[in-house]
Amino acid sequence: MDKTPGTLPIQSATFSNSINSEIRRAAATGIYDIRGGGAKRRVPHFDDLLFLGASVSRYPLEGYRERCGTSVVLGTRFAKKPIELDIPVTIAGMSFGALSGRAKEALGRGASAAGTSTTTGDGGMTPEERGHSTKLVYQYLPSRYGMNPDDLRKADAIEIVVGQGAKPGGGGMLLGQKISDRVAEMRTLPKGIDQRSACRHPDWTGPDDLEIKILELREITGWQVPIYVKVGATRPYYDTALAVKAGADVVVMDGMQGGTAATQDVFIEHVGIPTLASIRPAVQALQDLGVHREVQLVISGGIRTGADVAKALALGADAVAIGTAALVALGDNDPKWEAEYQELGTTTGAYDDWHEGRDPAGITTQDPELAARLDPVEAGRRLRNYLKVMTLEAQTIARACGHNHLHNLEPEDLCALTMEAAAMAKVPLAGTDWYPGKPGF
Amino acid sequence: MQSYDVAADGLRGLNATLQAQKQETNQTRWEVVNPKGSHAIAVGLDAPIDVTVKGSTGYYCAGMNKQATVRVEGSVGPGVAENMMSGTVIVDGDASQYAGATGHGGLLVIKGNASSRCGISMKGIDIVVHGNIGHMSAFMAQAGNLVVCGDAGDALGDSLYEAKLFVRGSVKSLGADCIEKEMRPEHLETLGDLLSRAGSDARAEDFRRYGSARELYNFDIDNAAAY
Repeated sequence: MDKTPGTLPIQSATFSNSINSEIRRAAATGIYDIRGGGAKRRVPHFDDLLFLGASVSRYPLEGYRERCGTSVVLGTRFAKKPIELDIPVTIAGMSFGALSGRAKEALGRGASAAGTSTTTGDGGMTPEERGHSTKLVYQYLPSRYGMNPDDLRKADAIEIVVGQGAKPGGGGMLLGQKISDRVAEMRTLPKGIDQRSACRHPDWTGPDDLEIKILELREITGWQVPIYVKVGATRPYYDTALAVKAGADVVVMDGMQGGTAATQDVFIEHVGIPTLASIRPAVQALQDLGVHREVQLVISGGIRTGADVAKALALGADAVAIGTAALVALGDNDPKWEAEYQELGTTTGAYDDWHEGRDPAGITTQDPELAARLDPVEAGRRLRNYLKVMTLEAQTIARACGHNHLHNLEPEDLCALTMEAAAMAKVPLAGTDWYPGKPGF
Repeated sequence: MQSYDVAADGLRGLNATLQAQKQETNQTRWEVVNPKGSHAIAVGLDAPIDVTVKGSTGYYCAGMNKQATVRVEGSVGPGVAENMMSGTVIVDGDASQYAGATGHGGLLVIKGNASSRCGISMKGIDIVVHGNIGHMSAFMAQAGNLVVCGDAGDALGDSLYEAKLFVRGSVKSLGADCIEKEMRPEHLETLGDLLSRAGSDARAEDFRRYGSARELYNFDIDNAAAY
């Protein structure tokens, strides 16, 4: 028997099992992979930052005894009725269609109980959603599905969606399995088709037009409610500056970890920039224009914990929005459905075929039997609890850094664990006073 | 007849005044003078009133209109009657881009020509253009009728859903998934009614009908070049 030593089999880093499986899938089906969620690849994120906490030069606040404010007001620039929120964590836009009616109700219940806002999505406003949401932001999207002036006037704010982090430059997608009778009627589309939303607005192009569009929306709504402009993070400095120039009250910046109901995997993983990389340029644009805090900045894309909230606010955001995390709080990807995830060829934590409408948790579906699995009252309670926990966590950190309001957190409270995070967040590498690109070095 | 001077009294006052008219208002006839190309004139109306704009307007004139009849004695900028829900908008002159974009209902009449993307994403509105229309008109049009008494530009009805397109003149080219279809009696009836309501003396029999081939309704790899 030959005893010559051999090397162990070496897996290619370039042609990994995951990559090869996608090649085989593409070869077998002839179509790109479509999925929900945001970027799954590892990118610099809030985990790469740490808070410095109080020390000799700063003293902390007493936990549970000394007040640490959490409220935020959005839309103070032009709106007669800005949105006043108890906490700086909002629910991002997710459509009825992508989500079941019960899931939308649960989001409204949970957000309202926590004192924050929720947001419609591509497909219009449902009475259930309006009814269960104390504060509801109405998205104004390229598709204009279900758009009408009555709902526009029922909204507490209007969010003009230019793009989203999962697919900057791409439109929405809702496959035929989820186009039920009600969804089809709301969107004025034939039942069962693969619905492709437009990627850009049908009646304006560029910032000069956007300014006029905002004027029109304000005239229709009597200048009452704030107008947000949401962009997918790609060129955050210029997009923020242009949104401000166009008259936005609030800029929403959505990083590539932000989820979508459905789009091409290649789009999700290869277009856009990480959330962490988008904040400082956006804040810089607001500061350069002299409107930081006058035009509020909402950050979204991969926000999961109170630490993430605190870090986003420390970098200059006024609030954050959560989508995927809110769905997990409702019950998405819960281990109790593992057997059914296995039947779908996936596993807990990895389920992302939200577009297929077969969600065992009954959230990303229009199937009445699956949707009935979600109790909107109980799911709303879970979301409320989760939002409260995030807020408490953020307060804990803020107090430790000596701040009596979450908005008093600042970049000087942070350091970075990696060179990439230091460069993106413009905070020093831990234990140093330096970050890549720092002036004077 | 009530009169409002935009140049003297401002846009906000105009829209606030017109939007304040209720269903039972007896101030049913309005004249808007000195529009001077202003944007967002007479937007968000929701009452059975008649508004005549004495001159040309900028963007989004009569946007999201409900119930009201708005006549523009001039030409209009981009997005006239965008997202209209009901009522009637009549433009005596020409219309710029996106006329009737995403409209859900009502009737938009353009006595002159309409530029590109007329009827883009229309969702139930009826549009009658006495003259010609530009390229990419009725792009992703979902429902309603687009009637063109003149010629249509390139890529008419690209990625069309269930809107019906009627053109009397030439069509430079059809967009993806848009085909010529049989003109059946019910179409002639609909078309005749629209032409009559739009004040056109064109004969329905002189038009051709275009609609969706419905081949792009579900993803098919062999249609990749069309998506």
